Amino acid sequence: MLVADVVSEASRPAPEVGTRAARRRRRTGVLFGLAGATAAVFVVSLGLGPVPIAPGDIITVLLHAHGGDAGGVENGLVITQLRLPRALLALLAGAGLAVAGAAMQAYFRNPLAEPGVTGVASGAAVGAVTVIVLGAGAVAAWVLPVAAFIGAAAVLVVIQLIALVARDRSPVTVLLLGIAMNAFCGAVTGAIVANADDSQTVRGALFWLQGDLTSASWNDLALVAVPAVLGIACLSGMTRELNALLLGDETAESMGVSVARVRAALLVLSAVIVGGVVAVTGVIGFVGLVAPHAVRLMLGSDHRSLLPGAAMLGGMFLVAADTVARLAPGGGSWQTGIVTALVGAPVFVVLVLRTRGIARRAA
Amino acid sequence: MSLVARDLGVDLDRRRVLSGVSIEVHRGEVLGLIGPNGAGKSTLLRSLGGLVRPVTGEVAIDGSRLSSLRPRKRAARVAYVAQDTAAAADVTAAELVLMGRYAHRRRLSRTDTSDEEVVRDALEAVGIARLADRAVPSLSGGERQLVQIARALAQRAGMLLLDEPTSALDVRHQLRVFEILRARADAGVGVAVVLHDLNDASRYCDRLAVLHRGRLVAHGAPEHIITPERIAAVYRIAATVDADVFGYPHIHPTAPHRAPRSAAPTGGTP
Repeated sequence: MLVADVVSEASRPAPEVGTRAARRRRRTGVLFGLAGATAAVFVVSLGLGPVPIAPGDIITVLLHAHGGDAGGVENGLVITQLRLPRALLALLAGAGLAVAGAAMQAYFRNPLAEPGVTGVASGAAVGAVTVIVLGAGAVAAWVLPVAAFIGAAAVLVVIQLIALVARDRSPVTVLLLGIAMNAFCGAVTGAIVANADDSQTVRGALFWLQGDLTSASWNDLALVAVPAVLGIACLSGMTRELNALLLGDETAESMGVSVARVRAALLVLSAVIVGGVVAVTGVIGFVGLVAPHAVRLMLGSDHRSLLPGAAMLGGMFLVAADTVARLAPGGGSWQTGIVTALVGAPVFVVLVLRTRGIARRAA
Repeated sequence: MSLVARDLGVDLDRRRVLSGVSIEVHRGEVLGLIGPNGAGKSTLLRSLGGLVRPVTGEVAIDGSRLSSLRPRKRAARVAYVAQDTAAAADVTAAELVLMGRYAHRRRLSRTDTSDEEVVRDALEAVGIARLADRAVPSLSGGERQLVQIARALAQRAGMLLLDEPTSALDVRHQLRVFEILRARADAGVGVAVVLHDLNDASRYCDRLAVLHRGRLVAHGAPEHIITPERIAAVYRIAATVDADVFGYPHIHPTAPHRAPRSAAPTGGTP
C-alpha cells in the first residue's frame, strides 16, 4: 500500500511547464521593471536642481557626453560636469553597498548583516579618517580607499573570529557585535578627529563621516568604479556558492562547495566594495539592508536574481536619496547619508513587519 | 567498490569522539549506524562524507583518499543529508534540488535540460514532484526532509549518507524515506544512515554498525547485532528480542512500562 502510495504520488504530473515559466516571467518582469525604474530615476535626477533641464535634453546630452560638447543643449555642462558624475557615483555606490549587504547576509546567514549594522562601514571610516587627518591622501589617490579597505576588512575579520569562538552567528549576536564594533570604531574615529591639528580638516572629516556626495567629481567616480565594479562582477559569478551557503556550511561543503574559500572571497570582496565606496562617499547606511531585503520579498533568496535586483534597487535608492538631499530645504545643506537614514529606517521597519506577516501566514 | 574508513580517529573541541573505527559501506547495501546519544554516529557519518578531518586514519572511496579529492569530485561521489533541515532559503523545492547539481555543473554555465531532467527525476523519486514550485519555507518538516533527500539524489553520487533522516517525520513520511533508501540501494547506491529506532534499523538495514563511546563495538546482520545482551551492554536497558511479522529482530524494553495488561490487545476497532 505504501509503495502504491509513493508510486501514485510520483506518477502525478510533474510541475506544469506553465507554472515554472510564469515564475521566470515574473522574475524577468521584476528585474526589467527595476532596470526601467532605475533608468527613469537616473534621468529625472539629472534634470532636477536650481537649473531644471527637460528629460529630452538630458538624453541628448547623454548621447553626446563623450564628445564634451553637451550636444548643444543650453546648460548641458551642468549635467556633464556636475550632475552626471554625482548621479553615476550614487548609482555605483548604491549598487555596491546593496550587493555587499547581500553578500554579508549570505556570509553570516543573517538578514541584519550589512556594512552599517555590522560596523564594517565604521571600520572603513576609521581607515579613511586616519588618512584624511594625517593628510596622507595627498600622497596618492589610492591611499584613501586602501586605508578604508583595511579598516573594513579588519572589522569583518574580528566579527568572524568572535562568531567562530562563540560558535554563534545568530541575528542577535551579529547585531550585538555590530553595536560593539560601531561604538568602538566611532570612539576611535572621534579620538582621531579630536586630536587633529587643523580645524578645517576636522570639519571636513566630520562632514564626510555623515556620508555625502556633494563634491563628487569624475575622479571620485573612477575611485569608486574600480572596487565596486570588480566586487559586484566577482560576486555575480558566485551566485551558486551564495545559494549553497543558505543551506548551511556543512550541506554546502557536502555539495562540493569549498566553503572556506568562498567565505574568504566574500570577506575580501565585501571589504573591497565597502572600502572603495566609503572612502569617497563617507558612511551611508541602510542601503545594504533595505535593498536586498526588499528584493528578497519580491523574488525570494535565489542570488541569481537577488544580486542584480539589489544592485539596481540600491543604485536607484541612493540616486533618489541624493537628489532629495540636493533639493532639500536649506540650500542643499542636507547630506545624502542623512536622507538614506531618514527614509531607510521607516522603510526597513515596514519591510520587517511585512516579512513577519508573511512568516506568520506561512506558519 | 565501496567507501572505506580505516582506523578513524576524530577530535572535536579537543575531545576524542571517535577512536580506531574501521568500517566499509558497500554499494547496493543499507548500512545502519546505531548507538546511544554521544556515541559518535553523526561524527562517523560526517567523516565518511569528508566533512570532518580525522586526526588518525583515513576515508577512501573506490581506492581514492577522500581528503585528496577536490570538493566537487568528492561531492560527485558522496552525497550527505544533515539532520537539521531547517533551511532558511526562500527558494522553491525545485531550485533547492537543483543546487544538488553544483558538483556536476561548470562555473557560470546555464542550467541545461539534463540538469532539469535530473531534478525532475529526483523529485519524482521521493514522490514530491507536485511540490516543485512551492517555496521551501512553506513546506512541512517532513516535506522539507524529502526535498533535502531529493537534493542529495540529484548529486547522482554512488554513496548516500543520511543523519537521522526520519527523526522529525510522522510514520507515513518515515516509511516513505525507508522505501526511498531501499530503492537507491537496489539501484546500486551505497547507503549509510544514522538511526535511533532500533526496530527501524533492524527492519530496513542490511547491516548494522554499533558505536559506543566513540568505538565500533559490533557490526553485521541485524539478527546478529540486535540481541538482549548487546542492548544491555550498549544502551544499559533490559529488553527482550523477538521476531516481527516479517521475521526481523524486534526489541521490547522491559522497563519502564505500564502495568501488564490482563488480555492481549485487540488491535482497535473491528
